Amino acid sequence: MLEQLIQQLINGLSLGSIYALIALGYTMVYGIIKLINFAHGDIYMIGAYVGFACITYFGLGFFPSLVIAMVACGLLGYLIEKIAYKPLRNATRIAALITAIGVSLFLEYGTMFIVKANVRTYPPVLADLSFKPTSNIVINIKQIYIFAVTIVLMIILQYIVHRTRIGKAMRAVSADMDAAQLMGINVDHTISFTFAIGSALAGAAGILVGVYYNSIDPLMGILPGLKAFIAAVLGGIGVIPGAMIGGVAIGVVETMVSGYGNSLYKDAVAYAILILILIIKPSGLLGKNTREKV
Amino acid sequence: MPLLAVKNLTKSFGGLTAVSNVSMTLQKGELVGLIGPNGAGKTTVFNLLTGVYVPDSGTIELDTGGSMTVINGLKPYMISKLGIARTFQNIRLFKDLSVLDNIRIAMHQNVEYGIFSSFFRLSSFYKSESTMLEKTNMLLDIFKLSDKKDELAKNLPYGEQRRLEIARALATRPSLLLLDEPAAGMNPNETSELTELIDWIRKEFDLTILLIEHDMSLVMRICERIYVLDYGTVIAEGKPEEIKNNKRVIEAYLGEEVLDA
Amino acid sequence: MNRVLNLKNIKYFIGLAAFYGIVQILIFTNILSDYYQVTMTTICINIILAVSLNLITGFTGQFSLGHAGFMSLGAYTCALITLHISEQYSFFIGVFAGALVAALVGFLIGIPTLRLRGDYLAIATLGLSEIIRIIILNFDFTGGASGLSGIPQYTNWTWLFIFTAATVIIIKNFINSSHGRACISIREDEIAAESMGINVTKYKVMAFVIGAFFAGIAGALYSSYFYFIKPDLFGFLKSIDILVIVVLGGMGSISGSILASVLLAIVSTYLQAFPELRMVIYSLLLLIMMIFRPKGLMGTKEFRLDDFFRKKPIKVK
Repeated sequence: MLEQLIQQLINGLSLGSIYALIALGYTMVYGIIKLINFAHGDIYMIGAYVGFACITYFGLGFFPSLVIAMVACGLLGYLIEKIAYKPLRNATRIAALITAIGVSLFLEYGTMFIVKANVRTYPPVLADLSFKPTSNIVINIKQIYIFAVTIVLMIILQYIVHRTRIGKAMRAVSADMDAAQLMGINVDHTISFTFAIGSALAGAAGILVGVYYNSIDPLMGILPGLKAFIAAVLGGIGVIPGAMIGGVAIGVVETMVSGYGNSLYKDAVAYAILILILIIKPSGLLGKNTREKV
Repeated sequence: MPLLAVKNLTKSFGGLTAVSNVSMTLQKGELVGLIGPNGAGKTTVFNLLTGVYVPDSGTIELDTGGSMTVINGLKPYMISKLGIARTFQNIRLFKDLSVLDNIRIAMHQNVEYGIFSSFFRLSSFYKSESTMLEKTNMLLDIFKLSDKKDELAKNLPYGEQRRLEIARALATRPSLLLLDEPAAGMNPNETSELTELIDWIRKEFDLTILLIEHDMSLVMRICERIYVLDYGTVIAEGKPEEIKNNKRVIEAYLGEEVLDA
Repeated sequence: MNRVLNLKNIKYFIGLAAFYGIVQILIFTNILSDYYQVTMTTICINIILAVSLNLITGFTGQFSLGHAGFMSLGAYTCALITLHISEQYSFFIGVFAGALVAALVGFLIGIPTLRLRGDYLAIATLGLSEIIRIIILNFDFTGGASGLSGIPQYTNWTWLFIFTAATVIIIKNFINSSHGRACISIREDEIAAESMGINVTKYKVMAFVIGAFFAGIAGALYSSYFYFIKPDLFGFLKSIDILVIVVLGGMGSISGSILASVLLAIVSTYLQAFPELRMVIYSLLLLIMMIFRPKGLMGTKEFRLDDFFRKKPIKVK
């Protein structure tokens, strides 16, 4: 009994780590320009495909592929911001949201158009080892890789955000864009950098998922993207630790519902959590309430 | 019976007390000023009176045709229907709509046909629309905006936008009108015209007016009584002459050459 | 103008009747083949969907990403009724029951979510629409993942025309009334609107309910034409399809929604053979629109027949 619970927790944590990595990108972008980047889940998908290409066609190992996927996605995020979002920075929120939807569709169907819709399988790049701390608990080495990569990336992110100048700029622009600009911060660069980092993290999540779950397809980013967004809202949109907590929470809850309840409803649970949060405390667990001045 | 009775109104945001134990009374037909340095809480008082904010404690009572109704806790649209109208510090017109529509929308609370009638254009629709249009045109005439009635509100010059906001507020047929810095950004000429307009509408529409202003020439000229707010509390109340010479008031405004009106 | 029976309306009525008659003849004589009939059906259903979504999003400013959910409720309700009652009149019951179910759900959804702003509301409506889809997916009587098939085909040009025209006329009438203006003022400035005596919550819910009602009608017409429905057809992608039409046509323009429905149905039909390419083009269209002309084709303006008949005034210097 207890062992089953621990197993579910472990599985939930690895799923949650993936959601957390994706959620970070959502939360950072929303914090800085108040945009829900609908296309973010698709950047995760591109990361998975880049990783696939590296491993399959260039025969690279896991870590080089991880780095390349992250760089490629970072670059993609940067380009998307420059081309599609920057022109709409002063438009209405609805306009920006619709643009993000457009980018998302473009990435999904563009990829489908180029690589065809069928599912691809990741070649085994990591050994398929498992640990069995007890007879009923299995930890796969891939899960350990997921934990390790996630933790390292989060530590690096925390360092960047709190110990570097660009990180300080990010926090300043999130708090008040105009004031930051008046203080001499290059807002455009800061926003670009935020997109790049968030996208790189999503790319890492993509390749990790490819390695762990083995199959990838052009529409794989829709559902995890949505759930990661819900995770970001749950934790408090715009608050970085919130994305981490929210991601893990959603991952664990989803695994529990699937394991103990009805797996058909596991997706609905995430939506239900979203509705509850929006009704009870829209600013999320760690978020603060902002008021419109009348 | 006063028109408006405010007792011990208090409102805090987080740790900051914006308004503390404010009490005011307005008699029917009065023109009262609400002044104080920036950040004193004047607009917050307006927001409390109109239901945009709910007070933490205290009561607001309004004379609604013979009896005093408690209005704190009611939603803004209800308070509007009970007879309080306002303008906003940072003009809140319906920018992409025409001048005509801006006023016509404020007439909505007096609409005399239901949704079904609007779907199928029953006769009550035509009657009511024609009445509303007539009244709107009358207001446009009074405020000299008739020739601009099809113009988008955002394209009006600043002074006319402020006038339109007042016209729109009057379309709701209030008994109490709250004006939030109506003269902001106006030159002395425009301010003078505005002062006359305010005086005139008070008589013409049988209004009671509560006015927030920084322009002391306006305040001293038309206000019969003044409340002075500083850091959320009322520090003085009385006739313009008394306020002008009140030490506490002068101190609150220290550094501004405002009271030489 | 004080009566419904005025000259302008009579002209419109004659025009509409003529249009109906001409198309009906083209169908009878088979000049308009089945292929084109499918396109016409799609156009009409899309017009109803787009105009009803426009009411919610374009005119009242409430960003709804869950319109497909309302459509699915109408589709399933009507299908279940016509499948179980074999008389002709089951179609009418089906359509109106479908619309009412959708409207009721619109009401239930509206109340808790309408205090949310902009992006949050969008995501909430998306989530709710998905919950509806998942619930339908998991019930047996709705056919689960394989859906319902063999739905009797009652939708024909006459019904399409009547319901489409009715939708456009009713919503247009609503918009050009004080109640409609109340909705528009909410889009412009909610706080000012409420301060001017408009019950903002009531009108937001009203827009949702009316929009949902007509989306339900569209869904019912859909299932009664294509005789087969399944939950997948009414997912997020369908909601986006409708949103694209509204944005392309201009949020706040009914004529724009009609125009865009026609254009996109034509594009869609030509690209039928290349579904991915169609979506790529759709998304590019969306992006180009938002970057260069976010107001859409018509902005908030409408086509007025007078524009075509007025003589140009002679300019006097």
